[in-house]
Amino acid sequence: MSGPNSSYDPVEVTPLRADQVEEMREQAFAAIAAAGDLAELKQVRLDHAGDRSPLALANREIGALPPQARKEAGQRVGQARGAVQQAIAARQAELEVQAEERMLVDETVDVTLPTSRRPAGSRHPLTTLAEDIADVFVALGWEVAEGPVVEAEWLNFDALNLGPDHPARTMQDTIWAEPAENHVVLRTHTSPVQARTMLTRTPPIHVVCPGRVYRTDPYDATHSPMFHQVEGLVVDEGITMAHLKGTLDHFAAAMFGDGITTRFRPSYFPFTEPSAEVDLICWICRGVNSEDCRTCRGEGWVEWGGCGVVNPRVLTACGVDTDRYTGFAFGMGIDRTLMMRYAVSDLRDLFEGDVRFSSAFGTEL
Amino acid sequence: MRAAVSWIRAVVPALPADVTTEQLADRLTALGLKQEAIERPGHDVTGPLVVGRVLSFEDEPQKNGKTIRWCSVDVGSANGTGEPQGIVCGAHNFVVGDLVPVILPGGVLPGDFEISARKTYGHVSAGMICSARELGLGDDHDGIIVLPADAGEPGDDVFDVLPLRDEVIEFEINPDRAYALSLRGVGREAALAYGVDFDDPADRPVPASDQAAYDVVVEDPVGCPVFTGRSVTGFDPSAPTPDWMARRIQLAGMRPISLAVDVTNYVMLELGQPIHGFDRDKLAGPIVVRRARAGEKLRTLDGADRTLSEEDLLITDDSGPIGLAGVMGGETTELSDTTTNIFIEAAHWDPVAIFRTERRHKLPSEASKRFERGTDPTIPLVAADRVAELLTTYGGGIVDDGVTYVGAPPAIASITVDAGLPARVSGMDIPASVTVANLRAVGCTVVESGSTLTVTPPPWRGDLTDPFDLVEEVARIVGYSDVPSVLPPAAHGRGLTRSQRLRRRVGRTLAGEGYVEVVSFPFIGTRDLDALGLDASDPRRTLLRLANPLSSEEPAMTTTLLPGLLKTVARNAGRGALDVALFETATVTLPRASGPAPIFGVDHRPSDAQLDELDKALPGQPLHLGLAVSGERERAGWWGPGRPGTWADALDGVRRVAESVGVEVTVRATAHAPWHPGRCAEIAVGDAVLGHAGELHPRVCAAYGIPARTAAAEIDLSRLLEHASSMVEAPEYSSFPVAKEDVALVVDDTVTAADVEAALRAGAGEYLESVRLFDVYTGPQVGEGKKSLAFALRFRAPDRTLTESEAGAFRDAAVASAAERCGAVQR
Ligand SMILES: [Zn+2]
Repeated sequence: MSGPNSSYDPVEVTPLRADQVEEMREQAFAAIAAAGDLAELKQVRLDHAGDRSPLALANREIGALPPQARKEAGQRVGQARGAVQQAIAARQAELEVQAEERMLVDETVDVTLPTSRRPAGSRHPLTTLAEDIADVFVALGWEVAEGPVVEAEWLNFDALNLGPDHPARTMQDTIWAEPAENHVVLRTHTSPVQARTMLTRTPPIHVVCPGRVYRTDPYDATHSPMFHQVEGLVVDEGITMAHLKGTLDHFAAAMFGDGITTRFRPSYFPFTEPSAEVDLICWICRGVNSEDCRTCRGEGWVEWGGCGVVNPRVLTACGVDTDRYTGFAFGMGIDRTLMMRYAVSDLRDLFEGDVRFSSAFGTEL
Repeated sequence: MRAAVSWIRAVVPALPADVTTEQLADRLTALGLKQEAIERPGHDVTGPLVVGRVLSFEDEPQKNGKTIRWCSVDVGSANGTGEPQGIVCGAHNFVVGDLVPVILPGGVLPGDFEISARKTYGHVSAGMICSARELGLGDDHDGIIVLPADAGEPGDDVFDVLPLRDEVIEFEINPDRAYALSLRGVGREAALAYGVDFDDPADRPVPASDQAAYDVVVEDPVGCPVFTGRSVTGFDPSAPTPDWMARRIQLAGMRPISLAVDVTNYVMLELGQPIHGFDRDKLAGPIVVRRARAGEKLRTLDGADRTLSEEDLLITDDSGPIGLAGVMGGETTELSDTTTNIFIEAAHWDPVAIFRTERRHKLPSEASKRFERGTDPTIPLVAADRVAELLTTYGGGIVDDGVTYVGAPPAIASITVDAGLPARVSGMDIPASVTVANLRAVGCTVVESGSTLTVTPPPWRGDLTDPFDLVEEVARIVGYSDVPSVLPPAAHGRGLTRSQRLRRRVGRTLAGEGYVEVVSFPFIGTRDLDALGLDASDPRRTLLRLANPLSSEEPAMTTTLLPGLLKTVARNAGRGALDVALFETATVTLPRASGPAPIFGVDHRPSDAQLDELDKALPGQPLHLGLAVSGERERAGWWGPGRPGTWADALDGVRRVAESVGVEVTVRATAHAPWHPGRCAEIAVGDAVLGHAGELHPRVCAAYGIPARTAAAEIDLSRLLEHASSMVEAPEYSSFPVAKEDVALVVDDTVTAADVEAALRAGAGEYLESVRLFDVYTGPQVGEGKKSLAFALRFRAPDRTLTESEAGAFRDAAVASAAERCGAVQR
């Protein structure tokens, strides 16, 4: 680096000679170019552009020159000082960019390091699936109806045309509150919600009822004393089985994909007449070359739930005018739908509460 | 119901020959007889399996004590040489000259048992003489099968002689189709499926009654509308059941036992009418049908002694009860291997009575299964007569002339229905003519009067009582596959209710906070509550008990979500997941003193007051939210150590939930099981306590086997949501600069932060914008029993910039208030 000339004596020299000014400028340029960082450049600025720099001192000499020489020298020194200032500014900008680049390099981190300090939470797939199902029907303009889990025997059975001697009413199938003479049960299906809806609203009625139900089933890979159902109910003028079929086809496609439709098979439920079981086209093999399909076991169809035209006896018990209205109802297992949709092989996984299970499903399905 | 296809075809000879078993099963399924399975018994047996004649044998005693027979058997030319075949046989139930089934080397028996010539007991046995069990024809393994003398010639194929191969369709019969629990019913449906003629096997002439088959008195004509009987004398109890009959019974899933028993079972399978045979010589005096008397006992033929209920329908004689009507016979009059004189009983029983007796004695039987669903009341005598015919045909003896017939079939109510109803309900295009034709096809009598039909169902269709029952009959024959798919007219719902939306938000909030949702069973026992450390008077100990719980350990419905959550924490910990945050939302059951729930009629709607009474009889079932935090809430990593979950996390979980639904909760210190008495927060909205949060009591953690310092919370979510206001007033906010003032206040340890904050708020004046506690310090600088709380106060005026001295004055006022109310001293 070139520093000021300490032996320099402005009185003794004649600094205004062109070659001398040129040399001062060259020295300044050399020093600027040699400044390797902003601190060095700061010193260079003091040495070559500061008040004590050769060019500044030379500038002071100008006043002592004869007038005709003064103008020429003034121009020469002024240009040199301007050039040095510009060079410093340019170098300053250059060094700032370099310094920033170096800082950014220095601050580099390993972005592949783990970042999550808190494990993600999740909702239970039964909850989110029940919401998904509800949303399919809410989008059709239906409402979601709810009712108590510990329910009156009359609403769980009698009102639904399950007479006093219906097999389902025995202790072998139904969990009863004590004492049984109190006529209170753990609801065995969500149908009492349908009954409650009909008892408290006037048609047209369009509701879907997801909920928890209980039966005296053993607890194993495919059974549970507690499980979840969703039922649907429509009561209006002119409702037919065709509307039931249309609704279930729509529901099936929403749950399992376009092109998945339903099939009805005659069946029996006390609360519907006619009654049908609902099968879905197997959404894995789509009913084509089913022989090797494990989902439908070669059937091409998978059982999904039950449905039918609401038995007029049920409408009567719930105060609906059977001369004017007909209705349809359907019901399927949410647990079963979940197991089918996500290939869950053991029902108990839903109720064990192992965080690994729910976590796999996230917050929304 | 299992039916051999060969039997179906025998009942419906008009069934087209080219119909496969799969096609038949599919058609029947579409009609409502659901195919469960198709089996092909005997199809795993492959020949050569031929008729052999035993030419000679030597009995050869063996060292192991057995005596084997070295037989020479003529198998014709089936062995390729025409020479007698040498076969070792373990059985001795045959003589020289008998025809026997012989499987030759190369043949395969059930179980993939391939036959080859093999050396055994010093001979080369070139094949095997087969027993019934070896051929899959039954359980009999006492000896080999001896074929009838006219079965065929040596070398003939046994498949032509024995009913080895068949196909069986197993149906799941719905409760309304009891008639299909018989070949008569299945055959009728098969004929319907293919539109062919059906000759009803029950349509046979029966002799007129003279009540002389046996003396019968029916004291309970409601329980027993029809009782019929015939008698057989001189029956040979040693006569074998014909192979075809035994095979049909076996393929139906029942066990052939003896000719007399087999015939009654066979006719039940054929006609659907259960029949009971009595050893007539063991009957004492007339048969009396009545209800049981208190204390009466009966040993049923399964050997069990049964104490009878006064509701049980009985068959009795002078000796007392001899049969549980329609369910199971008694031991004393049972048909045995010495019975020669038989009284055949065929009756029609009240389904409800049979159902109750069967359930009471836990005695489901083939007979009760049919009676409880309803049998055809017009055919008991037909069935008894058919049994008598088969018994004497195959077991000798004669059918006595006497015919007993007590009672009469109940009258069948006719149904008036509009011919257009099936079309209107099914949504299918069904002309009136099709409706009428289909109703007649299922056996109904139809009288047309304009568009009104008067329909009388056939006697085997007790399930047809309502017009809509007829709709189903018509629709299933037209075919459910023809039901068009049409969405109903648009509904006009208002979407989810606010409560439904808020519940979704609560779940999403907690999931966003890192909580995992679990679903637990609601069953609980007092042990679970003891483990929570609840004292004897805790209201959570008032449980709704279950009359028939699944486990005696958990005989009640829970009042709190904590036991389920804590058990789940323990389960996860046991599986290596020590750091968990769980939540659950579910209803709990809070019993209230109330009477029984009413049972109303079903012919009209109960009144609002009645429904109100019903609801009051049910327990309270609020929706609760529970959460549990165990282990580290934030994990250790390159950023530094992990952060253990604490009481504060559980409380914060509740606060986040409350915030997410727009409810401001207040928190007070309290002591409440199962929480740590010094680390338990009571959560309230106004004066209403909604629940608690904090660190669990160490003894609770120990009792549940969960990590120490697990924190938990439980609140009444229903009530929280009630406080969620739907309308928020838009705030007006000032854009003038904020004035910040920090204060550190020293108070006694026992003073809560909430109280100090409240005091500051009370004194700070109207320009206070917010107060936030940002530090708590205890230590030598503040002295024993003291703590320092540092608060950041923010002041702002709506209309001007506050001066430093104004802000200072507000701060001083706030501090003065804290000093006055909480004894706070500014540091
Ligand atoms: Zn498939």
